[in-house]
Amino acid sequence: MGDPGTKDRLTLEELEASGSIRTGRKHILSILVENKPGVLTRVAGLFARRGFNIDTLSVGPTDDDHVSRITITLDGANHPIDQVTKQLHKLINVLKIRDLEPSETVARELALFKIAADGTQRAEIMQICEIFRGKVVDVTKRSIIIEITGTTEKVEAFERMVRPFGLVEMMRTGEIAIARGRGET
Amino acid sequence: MRAVEAVMECLKAEGVEVVFGLPGGANIPTYDALYDGGIRHILVRHEAGGGHAAEGYAKATGKVGVSLGTSGPGATNLVTPIMDAMMDSVPVVFITGQVKTELLGTDGFQEADVIGITMPAVKHSIMIQHPNEIPRALHEAFHIARTGRPGPVVVDIPTDLSRVDIPYEPITDVHLPGYQTFTEGNAKQIRQAAKALAAARRPVIYGGGGIINSNAAAEFTEFCRTDRFPVTCTLMGLGAYPAPDPQWLGMLGMHGTRAANYAMDEADLICCIGARFDDRITGKLSEFAPRAKFIHVDVDPAEISKNIPAHIPIVGDAKNVLVKLIAEYRALDTEAHRLDEWWQRIDGWQKQYPIEKSFTDSEDTEIKPQRLIQAVYEATGGDAIITSDVGQHQMWTAQHYPFKAPRQWINSGGLGTMGFGLPAAMGAAIGCPDKTVVCITGDGSFQMNTQELATCAQEGIPVKVIISNNGYLGMVRQWQELFWEKRYSNVDLGRFPDFVKLAEAYGCHGVRLTDKTTLVDDLKAAIATPGPVVVDVSVTREENTYPMISPGAAARDMVG
Ligand SMILES: Cc1ncc(C[n+]2csc(CCOP(=O)(O)OP(=O)(O)O)c2C)c(N)n1
Repeated sequence: MGDPGTKDRLTLEELEASGSIRTGRKHILSILVENKPGVLTRVAGLFARRGFNIDTLSVGPTDDDHVSRITITLDGANHPIDQVTKQLHKLINVLKIRDLEPSETVARELALFKIAADGTQRAEIMQICEIFRGKVVDVTKRSIIIEITGTTEKVEAFERMVRPFGLVEMMRTGEIAIARGRGET
Repeated sequence: MRAVEAVMECLKAEGVEVVFGLPGGANIPTYDALYDGGIRHILVRHEAGGGHAAEGYAKATGKVGVSLGTSGPGATNLVTPIMDAMMDSVPVVFITGQVKTELLGTDGFQEADVIGITMPAVKHSIMIQHPNEIPRALHEAFHIARTGRPGPVVVDIPTDLSRVDIPYEPITDVHLPGYQTFTEGNAKQIRQAAKALAAARRPVIYGGGGIINSNAAAEFTEFCRTDRFPVTCTLMGLGAYPAPDPQWLGMLGMHGTRAANYAMDEADLICCIGARFDDRITGKLSEFAPRAKFIHVDVDPAEISKNIPAHIPIVGDAKNVLVKLIAEYRALDTEAHRLDEWWQRIDGWQKQYPIEKSFTDSEDTEIKPQRLIQAVYEATGGDAIITSDVGQHQMWTAQHYPFKAPRQWINSGGLGTMGFGLPAAMGAAIGCPDKTVVCITGDGSFQMNTQELATCAQEGIPVKVIISNNGYLGMVRQWQELFWEKRYSNVDLGRFPDFVKLAEAYGCHGVRLTDKTTLVDDLKAAIATPGPVVVDVSVTREENTYPMISPGAAARDMVG
């Protein structure tokens, strides 16, 4: 039997107060997994079940056919991260986990922005794009699509700059990351 | 040979003697192989019964249990035993039939995504995609179920794949690059732990089901006796230390003894071995053992510092760690009388609040449920394997039947699954044919898997079911009484069914007991009756389980 409670009503405030909403630093977990069906579901399911919030997630092949890499960024105080990695290690298909040290990691994501742009605004948007070393990948009479790669912070900064022009759509891949130096990630 | 014949070979190679299950369309091939495959099969009447029987077998013997079900409803009926095995770390391999591969993903007849449904409930699961994978997958399943922190593994075999001829060669190694177990325990940490124990003035040893799983009861007992350490165990750990005993404080937690809970509350050092600081142990986490430092030994690294930060974490198998800890502790100089004061305090609690005083016996012939458990203890000489269901009777059994040996006490702790008791007793009786196996159940729980009486009758499995019959879903009634102003909503079961007639209808022997004065003798007679027996014992209707830490309260605020 779970918590029986009492007949007294719980207030929403009490509920919120009992929940521990954690805001620690950002973590990038680089997870090597066996390339088998259902592995992503196992990883994602574990996060959901244990109440760990994923900010971004990207999955791709590695140089070994049997192994894929999942890169997950999440926000957490240290304690839950420790639980996250320990619980992940218990998944049989998870081969290796690295909680990448931000200062020793190169992390990048790719984002596509579709911005409303008629003649008068286009020049200004393209100027911003240049400052961010973005690429114009498509232009129509009323819109422009720009590709940006960089850290999450850079992508977010770009978003703030172009939002006032009218952001029609935005897509982001989520970060992938690699450790600096010669060692393997 | 056909893949299903390879399945039989693998099971035999793993030492499997018996499997529990029920056939259906998708696993007929497996059943065809079982027909003359040389493995005993117990035909249960519901897959959940088979799953729990496999758990009971595993818990009683320490071997891996095996449970079979067909696709769709057969597999979904196994979900509760799978989760139960996960929560209590029971090694069971579940082999489910699946629709043929061309139907997968089409909502075919009796298709259920059992891998998806059970994902949060398994230690691991394997969907067979090629018939040649079957032998390796099965050996991997047994290896994973049995090693490290044991648990359930599901192997799902599409029916067409199980009919293919495959090249079979015995497999002697498994290769799982992503699976590591940490069993040795760090020597430095163990030394630290020994030193901390030697310095402690108010230590408590808190043992759990991990000791049973690791077959470390003897080492645990020896370790506790390297000094006069006070010992308590969780519900799952009962039997790890022989009770009663001068160092034994009784069970801890929600319905534990005052001595055990108060000792935890005042301890300066708590040495936890194979337990996990579950909320039923800690009560209000922020007020749990406020003065204590913690040594935490567990084979699962994720348990350490999950709920309570450990000062000395030791990842390892309980047995290995205990052997080293004993040696380290013995090598230290310890002050002979440093625990005297602590024992004086504990003795005070034990004298003031013995568990025998947690209820008052009736003045007439009415049977108090606690008295019933004491009578079962007397009638069995304290030596039976006892399984229980979930509710008040479970807690009373834990309190009033002092378990002497590991694997003597089999119950559903983590999931609290009503309906566990009878099938688990069945599995235990098959695993330990020389032992008396008694299932102590409630009139509510018993009705959740009663159909297995037919299995017992047909197979001649001599379990003795003792129903603590209060006509209520007693534990829920207790909570409604204590916390919900006695508004008894939907907990009255009346006096239905007539369990004696029911037992007889199933081909078992049935008796009803109502008189406490002849209780022990009547129980002895019932237990001595050959074959499966159901003893319906009328007990006090509204009796509460005490003492109790109210949910969310602190240990020192125990009531009752
Ligand atoms: C499958 C399941 N459903 C519901 C519960 C909630 N529950 C916990 S104890 C209990 C009452 C059990 O009644 P009974 O078996 O008669 O035992 P008693 O408490 O009366 O000894 C219930 C309904 C449960 N643990 N398991």
